[in-house]
Amino acid sequence: MTPVDKAHILVNKIQDNFRHDVISTVVFRGEVTHIIEKNALKAVCNFLKDDNDLRMNCLVDVAGVDYSPSSPRFEVVYHLYSISKKHRLRLKVKVGEGEGVPSVTGIWSGADWPEREAYDMFGIVFEGHPNLKRIYMPEEWEGHPLRKDYPLRGYKDRYNPYGVEKE
Amino acid sequence: MILRKNPIEESVLFTSLENIADALRNNSIVNSIRENPVTEYVVNWGRAGAIWPMTFGLACCAIEMIAAGCSRFDTDRFGIVFRPSPRQSDVMVVAGTMTKKIAPAVKRLYDQMPEPRWVIAQGGCASAGGPYNTYSVVQGTDLVVPVDVYIPGCPPRPEALMFGFLQLMEKIRSENPAMLTQRKITYK
Ligand code: SF4
Repeated sequence: MTPVDKAHILVNKIQDNFRHDVISTVVFRGEVTHIIEKNALKAVCNFLKDDNDLRMNCLVDVAGVDYSPSSPRFEVVYHLYSISKKHRLRLKVKVGEGEGVPSVTGIWSGADWPEREAYDMFGIVFEGHPNLKRIYMPEEWEGHPLRKDYPLRGYKDRYNPYGVEKE
Repeated sequence: MILRKNPIEESVLFTSLENIADALRNNSIVNSIRENPVTEYVVNWGRAGAIWPMTFGLACCAIEMIAAGCSRFDTDRFGIVFRPSPRQSDVMVVAGTMTKKIAPAVKRLYDQMPEPRWVIAQGGCASAGGPYNTYSVVQGTDLVVPVDVYIPGCPPRPEALMFGFLQLMEKIRSENPAMLTQRKITYK
C-alpha cells in the first residue's frame, strides 16, 4: 500500500463513520490530523482501536496545548500508531477552561501517565481517569506551570529569589 | 607533670555516650591535646586524605562525577571513595540540576551526614541555577545547604571536579578541627 492509500483510509474511514463529529481534517505530507468533537472522543477512539483496517493499538502520547487567549482555550492532542499496520494518526480535541475531557485510559492504559502530565502542566481534567494527580510537580504545588499566564521564572519563594512576586 | 584525677574514670562504666562526650569535652588533658598544633595537623591530614563523598547525582553533571570515580580518572588515589550512605560520608557533591521537588530531600541527606561535613556544588546548575532560570529549579545550592566549593562548567570535566576536591583538601587543612567543640556547638 502506498502512503497515499494509507492517508486515504485514515481520512475516509473516520469521516464516513463520524460524519457529524469530525470538525475538520488536515493532511500535511502524509500526516493525517482529525479535529473532532469532545463528546465523540471515546467512540472515535474505540473505533480506531477495533477497526480491522486501522488497528490503532499504540497510544504514543497525549499532550496539552494552551492557545490562550483564544476560546476554547486548550487543545488535547492524541498521537496514535498502529504497530501491525504501521501508520500514524493525530486526533485533536478542543477544551474550554474549566471543562473536562473524557479519559481514554479505558481504551489504552498507556494514557494514564500522559494524561496526568497534561493535567499537571495545564490543569485539563480527564474525566474517568483512575488516578488523576500531579506527576512532575510536587503534590502541594499551586498552579499549572505550562499555562501561558504562568510566569516563566515562576513565583518568588525561598528557592527562587528571581521569581515574580505573587499578588 | 602532676597527675590529676581523671574525670573520665567515673564515667567509664556507665551510662550513655552523651556522658562520655561530656567528660571528654570538659577534660583538661583532652583539651590540651586538642589545642596542640601537631594534633591539629594530624587530624586535618587524616580528614583531607580520606574525603568520602556520597553517591548521589541529580542530573547530567552526575555522569562526569561517575567518570571521575571510574578507572580513567580514579578519585580513589586521593582517598576519595564514594559511599552509599550519608552516615558514612564527609562531603556531598551536588552534581546536577536541583529542582524544588528534590530540594527537601537534599536538605535531609545533608542533615543525616555527621559532622564534619562539606558540600561541593558541581556545575552551573548546582552553583546558581545554570541555564534554568525557571519556575521549578532551585537557583543555587546555597539556598538549601551551605556550600564550600563551587565548580563552574556545564558539565565540568572530571579534572575540574578533582581540582575542586583538591581545593576542598586545602580548605580542610587550614581549618581548626576542634572548631565545633570550641564554639560549644553541640546537638543538644
Ligand atoms: S550544569 Fe550543565 S551538565 Fe551540569 S546539571 Fe546543569 S545542565 Fe547538566
